Amino acid sequence: MNIIVCIKQVPDTTAVRIDPETRTLVREGVPSIVNPFDMYAIEEGIRLREKHGGTVTALTMGPPQADAALREAISLGVDEAVHLCDVAFKGSDTLATSYALAAGIRKIATFDLIICGKQASDGDTAQVGPGIAVQLDLPQVVFVRTIVEIREGRLTTERITEEGFDLVETPLPAVVTVVKEINEPRMPSLKGKMKARKAEIRTWGVQELGVDPGRVGLDGSPTWVEKVFSPPQRAAGQVWHGESAELVKKLVGELEKVKLI
Amino acid sequence: MAWLEVVAEKCVGCGACLKACPYDALALEDKLAVVKESCTLCGACIDSCPYEAFVLRKAAPQAGDGLSGYKGVLVVAEQKRGVVQSVSYELLGIGRRLAEDAGGALSAVLIGRDVAPQAKRLIAYGADRVFVAQSEKLEFFNDEAYTHVLCRVIREQKPEIVIAGATCIGRSLIPRVAVELTTGLTADCTGLEIQQGTGHLAQTRPAFGGNIMATILCTRHRPQMATVRHKVMRALPPDEGRTGEIIEIQPLDEDLTSRSTVLKSIEEALETINIAEADIIVSGGRGMRGPENFSILFELAKVLGGAVGASRSAVDAGWVPYAYQVGQTGKTVQPKLYIACGISGAIQHLVGMQSSDMIIAVNKDPEAPIFKVATYGLVGDLFEIVPRLTKEINARRVKTA
Repeated sequence: MNIIVCIKQVPDTTAVRIDPETRTLVREGVPSIVNPFDMYAIEEGIRLREKHGGTVTALTMGPPQADAALREAISLGVDEAVHLCDVAFKGSDTLATSYALAAGIRKIATFDLIICGKQASDGDTAQVGPGIAVQLDLPQVVFVRTIVEIREGRLTTERITEEGFDLVETPLPAVVTVVKEINEPRMPSLKGKMKARKAEIRTWGVQELGVDPGRVGLDGSPTWVEKVFSPPQRAAGQVWHGESAELVKKLVGELEKVKLI
Repeated sequence: MAWLEVVAEKCVGCGACLKACPYDALALEDKLAVVKESCTLCGACIDSCPYEAFVLRKAAPQAGDGLSGYKGVLVVAEQKRGVVQSVSYELLGIGRRLAEDAGGALSAVLIGRDVAPQAKRLIAYGADRVFVAQSEKLEFFNDEAYTHVLCRVIREQKPEIVIAGATCIGRSLIPRVAVELTTGLTADCTGLEIQQGTGHLAQTRPAFGGNIMATILCTRHRPQMATVRHKVMRALPPDEGRTGEIIEIQPLDEDLTSRSTVLKSIEEALETINIAEADIIVSGGRGMRGPENFSILFELAKVLGGAVGASRSAVDAGWVPYAYQVGQTGKTVQPKLYIACGISGAIQHLVGMQSSDMIIAVNKDPEAPIFKVATYGLVGDLFEIVPRLTKEINARRVKTA
């Protein structure tokens, strides 16, 4: 089984916060990480290879430093990596991103399953997975919490719903996006880390992919960010110390005032 | 091609932008800001510069492909098991205002099996027209069939704006539709309004886990598409006397084909209600010390008529299932009341609940970061406070009963 896992390098949101005085975004050291949901996608890809054989290829579209995310995927056990990198990709929204990633997948050519994380922790849209499916005219299953079975070219999955789950059967090739419940990601091995350091990563830009420059980057993006601002500050609250009985009485009084009880 | 430019005459080299960039893409050279290769054009620096020294340069926009000809607002109503979901009524609420500001009618589209009787409800909640597409093949949500049917309606009706619920169905269906139509989509909007002057739909949503807000436009493509979560917008009070048009659509056979099949749809009983829907959430973290202690939270939740949630620590420790997790990799909730018990308030948890109307924190540690966002913070022993709280609320109930 040949699997492609689409990943994204994102800023570590824990290090990105609002400065309460200047009310602007402040970063502390900006560690870049593999998008948390993509770690589960990588793990699932590796598990499927352990079960069914084949190869797992990690694919990303990003600036030069996104190379580190691909090497992290290799250290976890992914076999190969492809980096879509071109100044022309800058400013891509989800449509332009799915167009470029789909072109990358077509160039990789052999695949049975494409796995994406549910969403990226910077954009938070959850749109690229389905976008890739449409660009490649493939069926999709989003928010997959379990891959139940792959047999005779058919994939059975559990996708989460508000009330529980749907059991869905899909022919391969297909695109799935996964949620955290699907597995427990492993840690990289020492051998994996050494392999990652030496790995040769294929890098493709607009020329190699043969994509239409008008459909990537800001030019290929119907949506664009007009402005970025701090969310409205929460009004400062009160912190109470005292005996439990007093604290509880005080709290109940406040809750009654706003009719929450 | 597009790029970020620093206007040298305006830049004083203060470095405020360096701190604002989440991608470490800015540096100071000879007291002038320079943009590095790692820039992703996210725009965070633009707002941070007190001297307005940043300009985002874009190539000249292509001529729009007939943006005129698109008019009105279309709400994609959602039904499950034949019942229209309440997010649809909320979408009609905001839809009505957008239709009035942008000009045009407010329509809804309802896809399913034997759902035509529900169309009247959609009219009562504000729709001028309801398109109903019915077939037994559309009884259960199916990505491909629903995408084909919805795209056909949109291509024929040409609404300027399409809005849908950011539900499990919506988050599967709508991204597919947007790419099929080669147009823009903004997910999980917390604000939607028509821009004065330009008439474009300004779509506001949180990013970076809720640490910043972004306003997004889709100026050269139509329809402008947006999804909105349940309980973010308000439905208008229903007017049973309202009249409107109900138009039944016969889906084409080719639109009903799909490669995937839903074999089963299973409801799983959670001990308390789905937390994303709850108005009141009582949540536990590492301070709960063990799974058996969650019982005091369930009791408090019961007496308040709310749901129980948990931080990642409690879920990772195996004390409660993942469905209870609130936070960056769990659920984002916006209840009226969020009570955080034994939760320290790490940023990954805060991003999942900091928009709650009222936050109560109970924690032994006065330095816990949760106290910075709490409306009322109680420094004390949750094992004393929580049961007392339950008792006190019960006592007051009995008095007023």
